[in-house]
Amino acid sequence: MGMTITEKILAKSAKKNFVTPGENVWLDVDVLMTHDVCGPPTIAIWKKEFGEKAKIFDKEKLVIFPDHYIFTQNAHANRNVDILRQFAAEQNLPNYYDVGTERYKGVCHIALAEEGYNVPGTVLFGTDSHTCTSGAFGMFATGVGNTDAAFILGTGKIWEKVPESMKFIFNGVMPSYLTAKDLILQILGDITTDGATYRAMEFDGDAIFSLSMYERMTLTNMAIEAGGMNGIIKVDEITREYLREVGITKFDEFESDADANYQSKYVYNVEEIEPLVAKPHSPDNRDIVRNVAGTKLTKCYIGSCTGGKITDFQFAAQILFGNNVKVPTFVVPASTTVAKQLSEETHKGISLKEIFENSGCIIAESSCAACLGGPSDTIGRSIDGDVVISTTNRNFPGRMGSKASGVYLASPLTVAASAVTGVITDPRDFL
Amino acid sequence: MEKVINGLAYVLGDNIDTDQIIPAEHLVYSTSDPEELKKYGHYALSSVPIEKAGLPNGGIPFIDGDNHSSKFRIIIGGKNFGCGSSREHAPLSLQVAGVKVVVAQSYARIFYRNSVDGGFIIPFESEIQLNNKIKTGDEIEIDLPNNLLINKTSGEKYNLKPLGSVFEIVDAGGLFEFARATKMI
Repeated sequence: MGMTITEKILAKSAKKNFVTPGENVWLDVDVLMTHDVCGPPTIAIWKKEFGEKAKIFDKEKLVIFPDHYIFTQNAHANRNVDILRQFAAEQNLPNYYDVGTERYKGVCHIALAEEGYNVPGTVLFGTDSHTCTSGAFGMFATGVGNTDAAFILGTGKIWEKVPESMKFIFNGVMPSYLTAKDLILQILGDITTDGATYRAMEFDGDAIFSLSMYERMTLTNMAIEAGGMNGIIKVDEITREYLREVGITKFDEFESDADANYQSKYVYNVEEIEPLVAKPHSPDNRDIVRNVAGTKLTKCYIGSCTGGKITDFQFAAQILFGNNVKVPTFVVPASTTVAKQLSEETHKGISLKEIFENSGCIIAESSCAACLGGPSDTIGRSIDGDVVISTTNRNFPGRMGSKASGVYLASPLTVAASAVTGVITDPRDFL
Repeated sequence: MEKVINGLAYVLGDNIDTDQIIPAEHLVYSTSDPEELKKYGHYALSSVPIEKAGLPNGGIPFIDGDNHSSKFRIIIGGKNFGCGSSREHAPLSLQVAGVKVVVAQSYARIFYRNSVDGGFIIPFESEIQLNNKIKTGDEIEIDLPNNLLINKTSGEKYNLKPLGSVFEIVDAGGLFEFARATKMI
């Protein structure tokens, strides 16, 4: 019997010819990523277990991006970055992206792609559940906790159970009013937040391969919202072109065999999917935008590893161009590269940055910002009974700050349309 | 590992995510400083909506006042316990608050791994839904060798799923203890 793309990559990492779902394997880790929330406790566990003078498994393979709590006065949050800085100096780490320097990048999952750490056929672990984002590059990527990360830091290895795979095939031509966010919300509504627990989610079909790398990352990013261990999309010419631009030319391309075994398969026609939202308080609480249209909002938010990429802002700019926002609207570029692109990319001859400024949006510096609440001085954080529509990936109670607030998740088109009217609005009203 | 664990039950619903277990704004305290560590216990389960805190009636805080530990040592959850973030602070905060065992219908992968590999709590899965049969405040006994939950308040007994292949890691007290015992490191 054949293997899926995920099984092939895990077999390579485990130095085996064949692996089957359910089997426990020891993997050689190609990249370990951590950040300012989980880095300090990971370092503490590693020192406690391997000794103060221990050496990490491979300096080249550890990547650290401070990104979660960056622009805050919170002393404890700032201390976390100090710990990373000290550790990077002590271990002489080449891949530390310090805040306050030219190297600062912003949100780790986007920075991993931009800095060339997403290499097809490899295995990447990170101390963040959205590490699955990197699977858009035909690689295996998943999140772990601090103890597992400390074990990798000392040994370069981790045990994993080989996941079963589920396949999601999207056929058809993407309509102008639809984005990858709508596709993943469609899946979440169908399979719920534990529908893919401990499984690989493989995305396939013509509509998927018509998407840019950034849009593909929106799909794999939210695999974890269905409980998925990893999301994955095989390499095609669009992947290769992105990799060429960041200087990656040598890599292994795997694809699923025709007779590979899947736990389940879902087939969609994108032309039949409508703009969607996830209502409070769960990413699987799906509804079509038209059913909740008119819901009064107090805030709009465009940002995060899911919804703060250049493509997300290109979508939003189409609608915000020439319009004014009616409620406070936050624009948070995921990375410093995206922030730079906002000045360079144009729509109808005007830079995206100017479009957002002219429409009355508040543009923040690159970081995770209010996607996960954060310290009380975090920009865009929800307070009291806020009703927010956001391009982020989670709307659990209290996720963006106040547990009395309610968050709707939606595409950047839907968020932009809603920002202009002040109530939840179908983007087709503007396109 | 203790063979029998006794304690009061604290009952929760489905999809208790890691933001409800320990909200992101509190992830800044040091896990190595014993005084700061207490804050993880103090804020444990602090983002569970109050009407769902301590079922069936709700409205029961997990932590009283300024305490950092709870009188509830056994959590009874529903489906998909621990979904969301990779933060190991989640099972850690439950441990700091004094929780020994979580019994849920199912778990999210990363939370389950973190609970086992960090040796924070024992994550048992129940054979049937229990958060509609057990009430917050019921006296519970977990009989580990027999994978049994006894509700001493109601007299009812329920089977738990054996821990299976992770038993050895749980029994050793975590991944590093297990790795040392088996000469892996």
